[in-house]
Amino acid sequence: MATTKNADHQSAEKAQKRCLQYRRRILDISQQVTAVHGAAAFSSTEMVDCIYHHLLRPANGGKSPDTFIMSKGHGCLIQYVILEELGILTRQDLDLYCTAEGRLGCHPDFGNPGVEASTGSLGHGMAMATGMAYTEQKILKNDGIVYAVISDGELQEGSTWEAMMMAANLGVTNLVVMLDHNGFQSFGRTAETHPAFYPIREKVEAFGWEVAEVNGHDFSAIYSAVTKRKGKTPFMMIGNTIKGRGVSFMENIPMWHYRSPSPSEYQLAIAELKEVTQ
Amino acid sequence: MRNSFADVIFELGQTDPRICALVADISPAGSMVKFREQFPERFINTGVAEQSMIGIAAGLALRGMRPFCYTIATFSLYRPFEMIRVDLCYQNLPVTVIGMGAGVIYSTLGSTHHTMEDIAVASALPNMTVLAPCDPEEMRLATRWCATRSTGPVYMRLGKAGEPNLTANALDSFEIGNLRHLKKGSDVAIISYGITVSMAIEIATELEANGKSVSILCCHTIKPLDVVGIENVLATHTQVVVLEEHVPHGGLGARVKGIAWDMGAKCKLKCFSLKDEFIHKYGTHSDLLAAHGLDVKSVLQSLGST
Repeated sequence: MATTKNADHQSAEKAQKRCLQYRRRILDISQQVTAVHGAAAFSSTEMVDCIYHHLLRPANGGKSPDTFIMSKGHGCLIQYVILEELGILTRQDLDLYCTAEGRLGCHPDFGNPGVEASTGSLGHGMAMATGMAYTEQKILKNDGIVYAVISDGELQEGSTWEAMMMAANLGVTNLVVMLDHNGFQSFGRTAETHPAFYPIREKVEAFGWEVAEVNGHDFSAIYSAVTKRKGKTPFMMIGNTIKGRGVSFMENIPMWHYRSPSPSEYQLAIAELKEVTQ
Repeated sequence: MRNSFADVIFELGQTDPRICALVADISPAGSMVKFREQFPERFINTGVAEQSMIGIAAGLALRGMRPFCYTIATFSLYRPFEMIRVDLCYQNLPVTVIGMGAGVIYSTLGSTHHTMEDIAVASALPNMTVLAPCDPEEMRLATRWCATRSTGPVYMRLGKAGEPNLTANALDSFEIGNLRHLKKGSDVAIISYGITVSMAIEIATELEANGKSVSILCCHTIKPLDVVGIENVLATHTQVVVLEEHVPHGGLGARVKGIAWDMGAKCKLKCFSLKDEFIHKYGTHSDLLAAHGLDVKSVLQSLGST
């Protein structure tokens, strides 16, 4: 597949630095609101960073030919902080997150700058991404690629599998879905609450998709999996991640799905944050 | 009615490359076959998967297309309801959802295939336009409007095939959002939509035989409702009758009662609808309507005109 930029050692180091800043910014924002879904944003951080910085082609005087949907809408803070860094959202937008004066809420709202679809209700992104990819490739005959990040919780929605079946039927090869497989949902560890959810890879392959499985916090692995895909079918990258990655006491603890850290927890978190290398 | 829908889609699809048709395992007939053959890339059959039909249509619309989603009404609206609410209405996308065979038309198939609450359900959604044409000509005009003029989501309920043309001599032209007189009188006004308009015409004929002067109004746009038009009807008749193949809750009858209360209407008002029941009965469409108490004889009896 065509690549836009090389992902060398230097790129990986830069990505790690960016992701550290994103996590810091999200922790800062967490002090403004009570519910922040920070852990869900931390598990997707490296994947969303890779999409924005290395996969989406730059806008050439207008909109990028490619599209990104944060299907796991509850993790959208990582999208917001990257859009802020890119100048698509403003600092004020982020400062007013979830306030009556602002325009950004806990879930992406179509119409806000950089937000390509309203998500937050799980199981919607796959079908919308399929429809967008189909339009680009089969109707408009463009070369636009549609990227989506979905959660493992979303992969339990029947609507997601309906759309996956159709994406394969429709023969779209410009659909790249990253599964943020952090193995946790509101109720606990998915392997325990929903054992028949596994195996994932074989199920997705049986639906006619190409699949790669990588460490979802490893920039180089993410980039390489996507750019080296065969591209004859829709493609899913299973990113094995850690919910709350980056802050030791948030990692894999269900409570942090919603909660914002207290001021003292915030200080602890900021103090221990460091670059995630894998 | 469904044939005129397909004719319009095929005709407009020739010149407007944004028009797409999505179906959920409903075998296309007539012009829909021609559309599929001529524009295979703009025809998608999602199989028995209505949620993805709506979600994929939303994706198409997010990329500038104007999709029509088409299947049996109960499956086009209820099964993918949350996709319609979030993907279409919340994002305000120009996608038309066609509910075929609404009401109790599928009279031998049981309540799994009856669509008795669609007007209430669809009308409750912000940004949604709700249309219910009464004959093939209204269907043609409504489809044309959806394809060329709508700016957001539309739910359009329709009957099956073979409905007669009822509006050839209508006194008003078809305008989305406006009540339409099929006939103007001064005593009784009957307001209806969809295929019960033909029943309204039969009832009017009987009332006229009893010396009444009767208006018949076609309310093809349920949302946005022509509130001023309904106020005028309530103000200029001694009796107003609402007739609809829909449960009492959240239908046109409830809306007209609300308008009558708000304006302090002085006329008598009677609303006839399906019962708030799943009836376990099979037979012809007329048999089922009669079992719900929605037939010419029952209505006339209730109006004291037999």
